[in-house]
Amino acid sequence: MEIPYTVELRRDTGLNNGKIGIWLFLASEVMLFGALFASYILIRTGATSWPRGDTILNVPLATFNTIVLISSSVTMVMAWASLMRHRFGTFRLYMGATVALGGVFLVVKYFEYSHKFHDHLFPSTNNFLAIYFTLTGLHMLHVMGGMAVNAYFWGPGAKLWKTNPEWFTNRVENSGLFWHFVDLVWIFLFPTLYLL
Amino acid sequence: MSEPSAVAHKPHVAHEAHHEELGFWRKYVFSTDHKVIGIQYAVTGLLFLLFGFCLMMLMRWQLAYPDSPLPLIGGLFGESRMPGGTMLPEFYNELGAMHGTIMVFLGVVPLAVGGFGNFVLPLQIGAPDMAFPRINMASYWFFFLGGVTMLASFFVPGGAAQSGWTSYVPLSVIAGTGQTWWLIGMIFLITSSLLGAVNFITTTIQLRAKGLTFMRFPFFVWAQFVTAFLLLLAFPPLEAAGVMQLMDRVAGTSFFLPTGLVVSGQVVQVAGGGNPLLWQHLFWFLAHPEVYVLILPGMGIVAEVIANNTRKPLWGYRSMVWSLIFLGFMSFIVWAHHMFMTGMGTAMAAFFQTTTMIISIPSVVILTALIISLWGGSIRFNTPMLFAVAFLPMFGIGGLTGLPLGLNVADIPLHDTYYVIAHFHYVVAPGTIFALFAGIYYWYPKATGRKMNEMLGKIHFAGSLICMNVVFMPMFLVGLAGVSRRLYDGGAAYDFAQPVLHWNVVSSWGAWTLGLFQIPFIFNFFWSIWKGEVTDANPWQATTIEWTAPSPPPHGNFVTAPEAHRGPYEYSVPGAGRDFVPQSEG
Repeated sequence: MEIPYTVELRRDTGLNNGKIGIWLFLASEVMLFGALFASYILIRTGATSWPRGDTILNVPLATFNTIVLISSSVTMVMAWASLMRHRFGTFRLYMGATVALGGVFLVVKYFEYSHKFHDHLFPSTNNFLAIYFTLTGLHMLHVMGGMAVNAYFWGPGAKLWKTNPEWFTNRVENSGLFWHFVDLVWIFLFPTLYLL
Repeated sequence: MSEPSAVAHKPHVAHEAHHEELGFWRKYVFSTDHKVIGIQYAVTGLLFLLFGFCLMMLMRWQLAYPDSPLPLIGGLFGESRMPGGTMLPEFYNELGAMHGTIMVFLGVVPLAVGGFGNFVLPLQIGAPDMAFPRINMASYWFFFLGGVTMLASFFVPGGAAQSGWTSYVPLSVIAGTGQTWWLIGMIFLITSSLLGAVNFITTTIQLRAKGLTFMRFPFFVWAQFVTAFLLLLAFPPLEAAGVMQLMDRVAGTSFFLPTGLVVSGQVVQVAGGGNPLLWQHLFWFLAHPEVYVLILPGMGIVAEVIANNTRKPLWGYRSMVWSLIFLGFMSFIVWAHHMFMTGMGTAMAAFFQTTTMIISIPSVVILTALIISLWGGSIRFNTPMLFAVAFLPMFGIGGLTGLPLGLNVADIPLHDTYYVIAHFHYVVAPGTIFALFAGIYYWYPKATGRKMNEMLGKIHFAGSLICMNVVFMPMFLVGLAGVSRRLYDGGAAYDFAQPVLHWNVVSSWGAWTLGLFQIPFIFNFFWSIWKGEVTDANPWQATTIEWTAPSPPPHGNFVTAPEAHRGPYEYSVPGAGRDFVPQSEG
């Protein structure tokens, strides 16, 4: 049995199933991070004192990480665009770069975290650090999830390219949408936590 | 119009030459077939409903006869919970918190959405399966893990969560280990509902049969569709709140712990600066839409059963659909009516009181349309119809008694009393659960090819209807007398409660008798699998598409892909040969 509109578009909606699915998933993710940002606002406005992010956190490192993530979004688009042009070799290259840039982000994050722990700055220290670790930690889990999916499409998942290139391209596009979302969350996180 | 022969509905097993045979595990346990997953959800949900009900029957002993040892089984619970058969307050709190959690998150929603949604929705829209069958399977197994986590929490040191199903902070943050398990269990359940919701919406939009436009959907499909949006968008904020509470408990943060919090005379050594109200806002941002998640599928089932058994189209189908959509939107902006007593301010209270009054309008529209649908019909009173018709006044009582709670001023004396318990149990117990029973009796022939026994069904119905009212009607009186819902002795320690205490005994005996009246149902449910009356594909002479599939439908559901040619409820059409015209009949 085959599920209709897995690959081909349904005429009256102009979409395939995966595209609707990923956007619905992202809508729910918006609500998840939205609730955390809202909590941040509520706790900060209710606080008697609140540190400016740059007095505690390392802004240059985070700026570097912002550039890394935005670059990875660019390579992600290039990976998808390569598939659209039927250039599987360049897809592998760009997809590999996307996963690698995600790795760079995690390494930088690791140094940031361990530096904080070294300075005895923990989530329990104050609510600024609590929200910092919670938001960036949850974001980091999303980065890892996105990397896992992208690595799968770079490696074993790429078998699908041989049998059903259109389906494979759609899947990479959807995983790209998730990756851009993760990138976007960071673009909100960076000024909120590090600069304001 | 040609008369479709019964032969056309027979399963063409030989026709499915490409159909590969799956092993036992893939076919019945780790299945990707929406019907198997639906039945898994339904049976698991029913078991949890029974379990949650047992917790309540235990609590009812303590409420009726405070501090007297429970006869016969009292010794089974151990010295740490019921020394000498007498219930400790801590154990009572455990039972209360887990009764709520299990009934809502592991009983009603999995049965209403996971069970009926999974089994019926794809069939009703003429789809071969869900849009993402493997995600569907994952959804069930996440739910299962969540259930196991919740059950296991009874056996951790200190027992299960004791802070109510609402897990209000700071109580829940300083509570024992069971609360951590509760939070982890909730994260599993939220993941499960997210996967389900994405699947339901995508399936409804993409896999509906040719010609099945949105305004030709059966009302049940609309109800599931709106419910899925509520689950999709309302649950993530609770997940965020759950993560923060977990951080408070495990990593020592102070999201919900205010500065200078004193516990047992000691100032708690935390950073402080947190906001306990934040939890309540995030919790109710989920939990109010959740109320509609509990009721909308029930309304969908009742609409199907009523249209079928009055042999009439639903009255005001379009108004019902628009009411449903409006209700879905509004349910996101009424949550703080649960928080009138928190001191959040009169401006906020006025806003939420207004939205609450507005949201009652679409509910009344739907209920009224269903009642008017009965008018002038030649009603068949079979078991599903009895439950569906009983739903109307029971939900009506639940809904109308909610209005005083939605008004800020009237809520103040009623807040946290048994009145509130009576109100929402009328909505969920004789309301939603009756609708779910109607659905079980109604779609059972589709799932098994056999009908459930009518006689046993009617005993189950009559007993349940009487007992439900005996359980919950007295709670209005107890609540109006001012007895708090949180007392483990049912109010026995208070002078003002003395004149109404005897009602606790009435409620308790009602609950235990209600338990007895579920035995015919449980027996019927299993007995009918093998011994029930064998039926054809369409035993109720219904119009909607699921009845054109063979009973039980094979993997892939339909022999040929169905098409919709008309609206869902073409009953008693003047000039037609029969009193129903199936939606898919050409």
